[in-house]
Amino acid sequence: MQHDDVIWDLIGNDSFCSYKVKTKTQRFCRNEYNLTGLCNRSSCPLANSQYATVREEKGRCYLYMKVVERAAFPARMWEKVKLDRNYAKALEQIDENLMYWPQFIRHKCKQRLTKIAQYLIRIRKLTLKRQRKLVPLSRKVERREKRREEKALIAAQLENAIEKELLDRLKQGTYGDIYNFPIHAFNKAMEKQEEETESEEAEDEEEPVTREFVADDEFEESDLSDFEDMNNLKGSSDEEEDAEEESREEEESEEELEEEKTKAQSKGKAPLKGPIRKKRAYVEIEYEQETEPAQKSKAT
Amino acid sequence: GSSIGDRSAGGGKTKKVKRKVKPDEAPVQEMGQAEGEETEKKSVSGPCFPPTFSVSEIKNKQRRHAMFLKLKEEKRKQKLELKKKKKKERKALGDQAPPKEVPKTIENQRIYDETTVNPEDEEVAFDEGTDEFSAYFSRLTNPKVLITTSDRPRGRTVRFCEQLATVIPHAHVYYRRGLALKRVIPQCVSRGFTYVMVINEDRKVPNGLVLCHLPDGPTAHFKVSNVRLRKEMKRRGKDPTEHVPEVILNNFTTRLGHSIGRLFAALFPHDPQFVGRQVATFHNQRDFIFFRFHRYIFKNEKKVGIQELGPRFTLKLRSLQKGTFDSKFGEYEWVHKRHEMDSSRRKFHL
Repeated sequence: MQHDDVIWDLIGNDSFCSYKVKTKTQRFCRNEYNLTGLCNRSSCPLANSQYATVREEKGRCYLYMKVVERAAFPARMWEKVKLDRNYAKALEQIDENLMYWPQFIRHKCKQRLTKIAQYLIRIRKLTLKRQRKLVPLSRKVERREKRREEKALIAAQLENAIEKELLDRLKQGTYGDIYNFPIHAFNKAMEKQEEETESEEAEDEEEPVTREFVADDEFEESDLSDFEDMNNLKGSSDEEEDAEEESREEEESEEELEEEKTKAQSKGKAPLKGPIRKKRAYVEIEYEQETEPAQKSKAT
Repeated sequence: GSSIGDRSAGGGKTKKVKRKVKPDEAPVQEMGQAEGEETEKKSVSGPCFPPTFSVSEIKNKQRRHAMFLKLKEEKRKQKLELKKKKKKERKALGDQAPPKEVPKTIENQRIYDETTVNPEDEEVAFDEGTDEFSAYFSRLTNPKVLITTSDRPRGRTVRFCEQLATVIPHAHVYYRRGLALKRVIPQCVSRGFTYVMVINEDRKVPNGLVLCHLPDGPTAHFKVSNVRLRKEMKRRGKDPTEHVPEVILNNFTTRLGHSIGRLFAALFPHDPQFVGRQVATFHNQRDFIFFRFHRYIFKNEKKVGIQELGPRFTLKLRSLQKGTFDSKFGEYEWVHKRHEMDSSRRKFHL
């Protein structure tokens, strides 16, 4: 008849029950009709012939009750009562249905109803907000894409492409007059320079006498005994004069460019690495050319 | 005498079983030419394999490996000889030699896309004159970009947003704070923004980009990968200045590519300030769009030096939708369908 204690002995504290889940500190009960979720003498639906729970199905709460009289009829054992949507009314319904039941079960049923009502409200609120859609990634596809991206990067040769595009734009003239080496003007300058050197050399050949006179005056006190060297110096001095003129012009333009660059840079203290440094090296070479004649004059 | 010597030499080279030595000589004599010297050379040069021999039949792993290596070496030698022969023939022919063969690359094997844009195409020109970007390209509007993220962004995404804002002029970064995009967009329109850029984040790393052109423009959804922030760049220059950079768009050939290219172009103001010498590049290669930001300097008219500054990332287009952001009811112009579009390795869509 009332063999709850026997059942509890069999499944209870240290015995086996298929609904029991044991953790280090606690025992849980996986039975769907369990009121608290813990495995206790008073919460076990198997070991109590008079028991009640609140469960929710599709947003509606139901009160389930089990009494001793129906213990022999498992199909009709649980009495299902639909509770009102209104929380307060549902509480009253529980009180009404579980009128003379033990305090423990009544209290726990109401607590469970409260919790269920709260989480139903939360669900309704969340569905109104934005839902995050999780898109599953296929690992194989991701690996394939990654590899293809690497290969595409290698095939793209980005630096070359960018440099080519920039040079094309320079040639087309999209930059206007900012840079002072547009091709045609440069070529013209080169041609002019060649003409000048040719004409001067021609003059040298026509009037060698006066040239020699000048050279002798300059190098009277020099220690150079080689006339070959003097000829070389003569020739090189002419070229250097032309180079000086060009270099002066280019220096001015480059100084302007540098000024623009410094204005462009917000912090003008430390120069840019890489390209600017190389530009400076170019300038230094010209300085070296300039200083050679200066040294000669010092020698005299 | 010589045959024994050959055998021992062959046996010494191969770690193989005796059965291999016997078939050695037969193919040598077959392959060798009339002159005796060459046969001797070939018998000394390496093991020759009988035609029915297969490396996989050897059970011992070490010997099988050794045999395989020898097989490979011989194949390589044959290949080299073939090359040399061809080169000699080329030289001998001189001018009459056939033209050099161009190696096949994925780019020249690409399946021709019928939507490739012809520069003189009138229909394309007409479409471009009347599409959503016409206002920008006829200089009626100036770009103003709003950059934001998905909910609760992590540090990397936030820094990425900030760096993007320095790269794109007139860009403002705002925190998302759980707002719905559909509500954000009308507010942006009312405040005069032309672009909304939403960077999606997954596992603390930016992985998606939604680029929405505002007064009912197209919305493009990209997959973002390989994001490199400024401090992770090697040999980078100083921070980008406030100058308006130039824009380079490479390889956007098809109609779809063209519209995406215009989408990117409209992000930046019209007149780049060449004083700043900064350039932003969107380079399309095999449907991957690489973004780079450089500072350039012309050393002379034939050489330019570039120095990478800003963040770099790659994009892959996932979908292009006609109106502003509406994932449920929007009209999609193009969606990446993996099973249809990824089946061929030579077909690209941008």
